[in-house]
Amino acid sequence: MRYITAFRDGTLAQGLAARIAAEADPARAYHLMEFCGGHTHAIFRYGVQDLMPPNVRFVHGPGCPVCVLPVRRLDDAIELAERHGVILATYGDMMRVPGTARHSLIRAKAAGADIRMVYSTLDALAIARDNPGRDVVFFAIGFETTTPPTAVAILQAGAEGLRNFSVFCNHVLTPAAIDHILSSPDFAPGGLGRIDGFLGPSHVSAVIGSAPYRAAVERHGKPVVIAGFEPLDVMQSVLMLIRQINEGRAEVENEYTRVVTDHGNRKAQALVNRVFNIRESFEWRGLGTVPRSALAIRPDHAAFDAEARFALSDKQSREVKSCECPAVLRGVKKPTECKLFGNGCTPETPMGACMVSSEGACAAYWSYGRMREPA
Amino acid sequence: MTGDRIDMTHGGGGRATADLVAQLFRRHLGNPVLDACEDGAVITSPGDRLVLSTDGHVISPLFFPGGDIGSLAVNGTVNDLAMMGARPLYLTAGFILEEGFPLADLDRIVASMGAASRAAGVEIVAGDTKVVEQGKGDGVFITTTGLGVVPAGIAPGVTGARPGMAVLLSGTIGDHGVAVLSKRENLDFETDILSDCAALNGLVAAMLAAVPDIAVLRDPTRGGLSAALNEIAQASGVGIALNEAAIPLLPGVAAACELLGLDPLNTANEGKLVAICPADKAAALLAAMQAHPLGRDAAIIGKVTDQAGMVQMTTAFGGARMVDWLQGEQLPRIC
Repeated sequence: MRYITAFRDGTLAQGLAARIAAEADPARAYHLMEFCGGHTHAIFRYGVQDLMPPNVRFVHGPGCPVCVLPVRRLDDAIELAERHGVILATYGDMMRVPGTARHSLIRAKAAGADIRMVYSTLDALAIARDNPGRDVVFFAIGFETTTPPTAVAILQAGAEGLRNFSVFCNHVLTPAAIDHILSSPDFAPGGLGRIDGFLGPSHVSAVIGSAPYRAAVERHGKPVVIAGFEPLDVMQSVLMLIRQINEGRAEVENEYTRVVTDHGNRKAQALVNRVFNIRESFEWRGLGTVPRSALAIRPDHAAFDAEARFALSDKQSREVKSCECPAVLRGVKKPTECKLFGNGCTPETPMGACMVSSEGACAAYWSYGRMREPA
Repeated sequence: MTGDRIDMTHGGGGRATADLVAQLFRRHLGNPVLDACEDGAVITSPGDRLVLSTDGHVISPLFFPGGDIGSLAVNGTVNDLAMMGARPLYLTAGFILEEGFPLADLDRIVASMGAASRAAGVEIVAGDTKVVEQGKGDGVFITTTGLGVVPAGIAPGVTGARPGMAVLLSGTIGDHGVAVLSKRENLDFETDILSDCAALNGLVAAMLAAVPDIAVLRDPTRGGLSAALNEIAQASGVGIALNEAAIPLLPGVAAACELLGLDPLNTANEGKLVAICPADKAAALLAAMQAHPLGRDAAIIGKVTDQAGMVQMTTAFGGARMVDWLQGEQLPRIC
């Protein structure tokens, strides 16, 4: 625990705040996108914005795995549980996300579908072992952090001959999303928003390393600093970003050196490459169709691919009307600019995914930041 | 009593039911009123301001580090009475037992209720047992109802907080929630944290003796400290400003919450209380709390403000944030 409290030290925070204030040029504004919901959460939970000068603003990014999953894929998961009669094993965060017509996994469960919350892929495998007569589908979501455990589950199921286990794969890739955001007209001069630099993902980078961000940084000339999830990590990374911006540099720097290396976790990468390949394109909520931004299960593991095993119907999937999650996820609107925020949409009765997940920007605003900007 | 498991005859009202009552329930819980075996308990009115409270207990697992559903069922209701400033006197207990439940486990649970009620100084004066078929219950559910008497001049209540008052907490938060979570079958992790499950009526009596005009008493059970404070803020039409650094938290609880992505502020307690009193009485109240074994780690954690409904906290990091109600169930993080 000492290792954790050390990164939340209030005295060190005051010192860093003073250095940031001294480094930030009052004549310019710094719009820094924190890609990950984990950073958004830390910024709000610890009140990091209060320690920033007024011209240093955080722009909340799309790095919340629950939030970026498009409605269509959620509707598909609900269909697996309701129409195909499988046991659907899901991370708890997905349960309350509203699908089309505000249907959700938790409502499907209440109506009799067999949906079980799991904490890890190993729990899903255990359910498959315990129910040999039932099909068990693991609803796999998440960025590069959660991908290796899914790969392990598929390989393990293969080794054990667990023929009733499969994975509905929705794993997505961070560098492709960062490149896509920076290519968007939203952030071109005269666009809706502005990004001067990125706080790069911490856990994701532990797996993929810092190198994969280099292409986007070089193409778009915006710096990335890979930042740990602790509040002092965030502040140190802000300082590093401001220095780069002031010096006119755009590089990939690594603040989170205690965990992240340039090349990442090669063993995890090898596992992922054995099991998955890259989809030509994938739809993200908010970002739209992003090329080469998600993973599919390789054909030689198709026996464990729920998309290959179950015929999913065509459907007209729709977001809740007037929900601004897409704009919030693109970083062009604040949660408080959505007219549903607090008006019917709260973490208790979420109308959009960003209000459901603890990593969602709307939930962070609502739960931690409401006193700043009343709805 | 025959067999080693509950079967449908134990709830049938016949011989097996009578044996269960005599040989198990009355053996652990016996007192003259209960032993009279009437259809109801005849008690002498203990005063003119009575408090009545009821609480159903459905915890899983039934046995957890530091307690079990039996001690919880006694202490939960005793504490609800104590939070009203009452001296708890009597409890009744209703048991819903699932067919097939091991009698040895029931014996352990009822023995624990007996010990808890003796420790709290209350008597269980009436009870009921029903048995449901296998699959229609979760081992055992216990509903307890408690009766207490409030001394003259004592009137804490959830609407009593006023701006400027001090907010006190009797000890570390989150112990119970972490102890229970650590034993959930799909979440087994090693921790030496014990539930804080305890009857608070002794502590409350000591506090009221020192400061009779305590405005609010609340036990932060399910939903944790954040829910208790939001309830108070809403009911009293005030705000609360907390100082995170002052909130007592065991390192083991902090570590477990960190690992599971839980917020200790939302994590359940079963032996802690929040007290709100006039600022000039806070030091006396704190001293009275710290002098009691269940208030040893008590602290002043904040003050009441005039920002209606807003519970805010100055973080140990130096920023500010809202402290909201727990939304739904606490879920472990996935990323």
